[in-house]
Amino acid sequence: MSINWFKYSSPQTFFPLAGRLALGFGALAVLACAAGLYLGFFVAPTDAQQGESYRIIFIHVPAAWMSMFLYVVMAFWAGLGLAFNTRLSGMMASAIAPTGALFTFIALWTGSLWGKPAWGTWWVWDARLTSELILLFLYFGFMALQAAIDDPRRADKAGALLALVGVVNVPIIYFSVKWWNTLHQGASVSLTKAPTMAATMLAGMLVMSFAFWFYSIAAVLLRARCIMLERERSSDWAAQYARGAA
Amino acid sequence: MNWGSWENFLAMGGYGLYVWGSYLVTLVLMVVELGLLARRKSNAIGRIR
Amino acid sequence: MVAALRCVIVRDLRLAARRSSDVMTVVLFFVIVVSLFPLGIGAEPKLLRTVAPGVLWVAALLASMLALGRMFAADHADGTLEQMMLGATPLGLVVAARVFAHWLVSGLPLVLISPVLALQFDLSQELLGVVVLSLALGTPVLSLIGAIGAALTLGLRGAGTLLSLLVLPLYVPVLIIGAGAAEAAASGLGGHAQLLLLGAMLIFAGAFAPWAAAVALRISVE
Repeated sequence: MSINWFKYSSPQTFFPLAGRLALGFGALAVLACAAGLYLGFFVAPTDAQQGESYRIIFIHVPAAWMSMFLYVVMAFWAGLGLAFNTRLSGMMASAIAPTGALFTFIALWTGSLWGKPAWGTWWVWDARLTSELILLFLYFGFMALQAAIDDPRRADKAGALLALVGVVNVPIIYFSVKWWNTLHQGASVSLTKAPTMAATMLAGMLVMSFAFWFYSIAAVLLRARCIMLERERSSDWAAQYARGAA
Repeated sequence: MNWGSWENFLAMGGYGLYVWGSYLVTLVLMVVELGLLARRKSNAIGRIR
Repeated sequence: MVAALRCVIVRDLRLAARRSSDVMTVVLFFVIVVSLFPLGIGAEPKLLRTVAPGVLWVAALLASMLALGRMFAADHADGTLEQMMLGATPLGLVVAARVFAHWLVSGLPLVLISPVLALQFDLSQELLGVVVLSLALGTPVLSLIGAIGAALTLGLRGAGTLLSLLVLPLYVPVLIIGAGAAEAAASGLGGHAQLLLLGAMLIFAGAFAPWAAAVALRISVE
């Protein structure tokens, strides 16, 4: 039996699949979130140094991980679209960007709210937070570029090139910021390095990461469906779907 | 982790504002994202018809 | 092929000479921004000496960003760009030549005038050498990375500000290393590591950025 790898590379076939997947992953996200929050609030103990304020970690670290992971996935789809000239790949990349930007913002917001009780200031020029800030600008740049270009194909390709240049730069940005940070600060303030992380804390973080991951998949697939409906609005299957959805 | 009472849970050892500020903003943003997507979809369907 | 590239460079330099206001605007912007900082943060000599490398770097970065819009816009408007893309010389090399000419006109003047501006901040001799060298190595990198942004935003409305948004995150490592060179030299460690890194960035950008910008040009023009 030969697998038709390209069956779902057309919007028409992928659209219903995306809907089912979004529903499934959404349900999984809710379950994982419930489990993660239970672990985070009712199983994990109080931290010796930071008291209860450390519980922000169950959102901060998963959000930061997702923000970086989504950028790489976005660059992957963008590269695929650039190489094979497939419409759907470009749509996926465009669908990922706003969710990625959302998690980057959440990482920054929660990092700031964690920094205030822990270090006394709303913002610290910690290497990771600074890199997150630059990552937010990278997402915004991608979204702004795509918004400024009317032709969807040119927007896809231009955004793809920008995303690929960005993904190459992310490690460079991170290491240069890390270097800059260690030069300027004596004590290393790392928001995510708890010297001894209790197993329950780590478990809570991991489960919440899965929750965010499933949520991202669901949100991105829903957005991809919207993009498909917008771009393919003159096609038959879209007209049929719109009639059916009435 | 036994909180003892609702008040303790909400107060979060004095850091309630920071902890709940983080969680609530995250929840609100996710709800807003999904809401915007729902609206975008109905707009797209409206444009097709 | 070398003749073609020399032709591109000579043409760009000639055009820049005719519109010398473009060059002067960039240099004047650099001078004004650098002069604004003491007015903003106070004229205390010790403070100024500390911030001088960073201020010079940020101002050079902003000034070279100003000039980026010009790189392809004029040729795109009158069709010369399509001619270049149809020609026999590989587009990547043409872009490299274009970026080199652009740097000669927008980057090199900044490097040459920076010692004069450093006088305003009372920067010491060896630190001045490090700053000038870091700018000499860094401004070409900025032009190379900026070329990608300029090619991506070709012909778009609001291209200027969009270009800045796109290119600034990519500029951050160059700024950190470039300004860091002088800081390291000031603290006694010597700026060699940063300068070597800048050189590496220049080689890396020189190899890949023209090619990426060429791809971006094809995307923007087709």
